[in-house]
Amino acid sequence: MNFMQQMRALWTLLERETLRFVRIWPQTIIPPMVTTALYFIIFGGLIGVRVGEVGGVPYMDFIAPGLVLMAVISNSYANVVASFFSAKFQRHIEELMVSPMSHLSLILGFMAGGMARGMAVGVAVALVAALFVDLSVQDWGLALLVMLLTSAVFSLAGMLNAIFAKTFDDISIVPTFVLTPLTYLGGVFFSIELLPQPWRDLSLFNPLLYMINVFREAVIGVSDVPVGLALGLLFGLFFVLLTACVYILRKGWGLRG
Amino acid sequence: MDMNALEIRGLTKTYAGGTKALDGVDLTVTAGDFFALLGPNGAGKTTVISTLASLVTATTGEVRVFGHDLQRERAKVKGLIGLVPQEFNFNGFVPVQEIVRQQAGFYGVARAEASARTAYLLEQLGLADKATAQARQLSGGMKRRLMIARALAHRPSLLVLDEPTAGVDVELRHGMWEFLTRLNREEGVTILLTTHYLEEAEALCRHVAIIQRGKIVVSAPMRELLEQLPEESFVLDLVEPIAHAPSIPGVRLNLLSPGVLELEVRRGQPLDQVFAALHEAGVRVMSMRNKSNRLEALFIKLTGHGVEDTV
Repeated sequence: MNFMQQMRALWTLLERETLRFVRIWPQTIIPPMVTTALYFIIFGGLIGVRVGEVGGVPYMDFIAPGLVLMAVISNSYANVVASFFSAKFQRHIEELMVSPMSHLSLILGFMAGGMARGMAVGVAVALVAALFVDLSVQDWGLALLVMLLTSAVFSLAGMLNAIFAKTFDDISIVPTFVLTPLTYLGGVFFSIELLPQPWRDLSLFNPLLYMINVFREAVIGVSDVPVGLALGLLFGLFFVLLTACVYILRKGWGLRG
Repeated sequence: MDMNALEIRGLTKTYAGGTKALDGVDLTVTAGDFFALLGPNGAGKTTVISTLASLVTATTGEVRVFGHDLQRERAKVKGLIGLVPQEFNFNGFVPVQEIVRQQAGFYGVARAEASARTAYLLEQLGLADKATAQARQLSGGMKRRLMIARALAHRPSLLVLDEPTAGVDVELRHGMWEFLTRLNREEGVTILLTTHYLEEAEALCRHVAIIQRGKIVVSAPMRELLEQLPEESFVLDLVEPIAHAPSIPGVRLNLLSPGVLELEVRRGQPLDQVFAALHEAGVRVMSMRNKSNRLEALFIKLTGHGVEDTV
């Protein structure tokens, strides 16, 4: 296939992946909006007023960027892990495997589908957040870059999980026991300045801390970590995960007999 | 035609765990042919097909499709093949037309052309009125036809079908036969199919190969192969019922019912002598037909398996 044909194949896969989550919008778009509204009511409205300021801003303003990015992370991951694993489970992954689509196109197609859902939910959650706080973004370019990179990284991570998963349990273990704890401990609801040692230093090994903080920097201008380091980490993770996906698909692990 | 649609040389496949599915398969399918690959359960038919379609990686061996090497020109080979697998493998929650159109898209076909091709194929396969229905809502026969439409979405030159009529009722099966025959004759698509309906292979295919324990034990034109049978069977419908089958030297007669007689003769034996003897015995024949399970007899002879094993 020439470049144009590869692009058509990639676009077709992106369209399929996007239609998949749009068709079931009450399951994919609405729940994160409701959850975010509850977070704002409970943590922001009820508890937040007693907390006062964190990082020099009201608590509700402080948690808003983290909640948006948390939605981006979990939805990007969930979209690809569920879609790719069910394609394997129902064997319609064979529709792609028999086609002349390159491995890279296939990976980018699934990744773009995950990013589409991550971004769509991220924007929906941001709109809910705007009902509670003044979301005057400090740096739109940085905010968009972080959202895109974060959703790409977690889409690729979801794909790796799905490639190796053999049962539905295997696709819920990582989100439940790894992703969620790391997100909550990554500073969505607090600044690591508040943590005692050694937890404060240990938190620096949590990659989600950097993503959440650089996004918070872009939105409200507050961060616990250097922006350059966080962006370097995001780019690094993206290339490592992309390379891993290409290598694994080429080898056929978990897919070809 | 001179060109071979498919050339397989020394194909072996040993799965992790040591199961040897293919043990040196050699197979040639001429361009434009209608080819049947038969074999008992577990003989390696699906592994051969899965290897062609890049769903399984061969351990050793060479596969060429219209002269293109599968290892070195995989994308080109994939574009030439359309696969109809044995199991339903589409997303049942997606509309029928989307499944076909998207498959064309995965092969790089432009949107407008993919949509037109989808409409044509759904019309041809009697699925036009189900175009917007979810695939899971289709009947078993319709799902089979959907898989054929999907496999043809990118206009493949070699259509590979793994038991395409399994579980399909007689009327639909014959409809599918007609469609595949037209595709082969009018559009020149080379067809390779596996089936456990041996009469299907006999009715459709011009060439047959039998695989057993991962090796091709015979590959020959259908006519040539059937001629290897030492005996030929006919079914005679009688004018008047009889109580017992008459005894005629050199032929075997078996009364299937009072009005139906089965006749088995050596290949090449003149039938006029048999009819004369029947006439002398007072048996009058109204009509005669060839017993259709000749291939089955040959299959049993070559493999030692009954038809119920040939899945």
